[in-house]
Amino acid sequence: MTSVIEVKSLTKRYRDTLAVDDISFSIEKDTIYGLLGRNGAGKTTVMSILTAQNFATRGEVRVFGEDPYENAHVLSRMCFVRESQKYPEDATPRHAFRIARLFFPNWDQDFAERLIAEFQLPLKKTIKKLSRGQLSAVGVIIGLAARAEITFFDEPYLGLDAVARQIFYDRLLEDYAEHPRTVILSSHLIDEVANLLERVIVIDHGRIVMDEDTEAVRDRAANIVGDTAAVEAFVAGREVIHRESLGRVSSVTVLGALSAADRAEIADAGLDVTPVSLQQLIVRSTQHSADAGLEEGALR
Amino acid sequence: MIEEGRPLFVQIAEGVEDSIIDGSLAEQAQAPSTNELAAFYRINPATAAKGIAMLTDKGVLLKRRGIGMFVADGARELLLAERRAAFAERYLDPLLAEARKLGLGPDDLGRLLTERATTDLTEGTPT
Repeated sequence: MTSVIEVKSLTKRYRDTLAVDDISFSIEKDTIYGLLGRNGAGKTTVMSILTAQNFATRGEVRVFGEDPYENAHVLSRMCFVRESQKYPEDATPRHAFRIARLFFPNWDQDFAERLIAEFQLPLKKTIKKLSRGQLSAVGVIIGLAARAEITFFDEPYLGLDAVARQIFYDRLLEDYAEHPRTVILSSHLIDEVANLLERVIVIDHGRIVMDEDTEAVRDRAANIVGDTAAVEAFVAGREVIHRESLGRVSSVTVLGALSAADRAEIADAGLDVTPVSLQQLIVRSTQHSADAGLEEGALR
Repeated sequence: MIEEGRPLFVQIAEGVEDSIIDGSLAEQAQAPSTNELAAFYRINPATAAKGIAMLTDKGVLLKRRGIGMFVADGARELLLAERRAAFAERYLDPLLAEARKLGLGPDDLGRLLTERATTDLTEGTPT
């Protein structure tokens, strides 16, 4: 595999806030990534720096092996669909698409028109008069029809209803299958996008807490449910990331894939195993790291 | 259609296997492509490709260069043998565990099994 993006020791500081804290990662060619994490975790900052819309405080960023700053050769191969994209005062969607067509060398006008019809987007209204969902549709259409070699979608679905979001996911998958390219999708709706992602990067407090194949993550954790004493006996010595109990019943989330022997032990003890979705795992890992951080802080 | 907690590509492969076992996908017929599977299950094509690769490794599907994937001769027998071998572990062990919890012995189970099987065959209401 060849990587299209290389990030080394990237740090971004805004006055007193450390938005991105010494992170390193790489992005493989023709792969769909999920960039996940809570609000303020640093996702948008990272994407802005990669697309040269923001400056790094420290560290190195290479896109297609080059520095992206003021590098038209690199920038025309990337598309960044921002959650809060600004357009000129009197612009209409038609204007926005015309500019996108000039800027992106792989732009597919037929595809754009099919998407416009599917999202039922009015072309002649000014963009500032569009609804939040229609505004998101403008971004989604540009991101898909641009067919850029690297496309970033930063929370692209705000205001889009479930049907429109499904149109976006379906068209993304279909078009990616025909025209493989690198896609980095930042989203809060983790369970909704989990099956689209080949790899997930989770950012929490400016640091990377997970960078793995989605398939590998799927059996990384399990909930052990049953009588509290029996559950505690089983999880002793394992890495526990979450605990819940109701009366004498406990549900404990443990990390690590379960072996056949583990499963037999669980069955013998009369316990149940329930799967942990990607969303639950991420919520629990980020809570876990926040708790760990607090404890560390308290010790100092 | 897709469950949590089990590798997706395994579930995709099992879906194709089920069609071969029940005959809806005949031997020598063309199997669904990676992209068709990805679109149908709404999953990443790389995951679908992994499921297909699992089936070619097993000898269930054959790749004909430039044309696509086809169901191999003898694929159905191979899958039946594999599923039968896994049957006890997959279905009987959980059944026995639950039966033990409820105090049902092998004789009770035998009786229940015959009862259910005959009800099913006559498609009548349970007695």
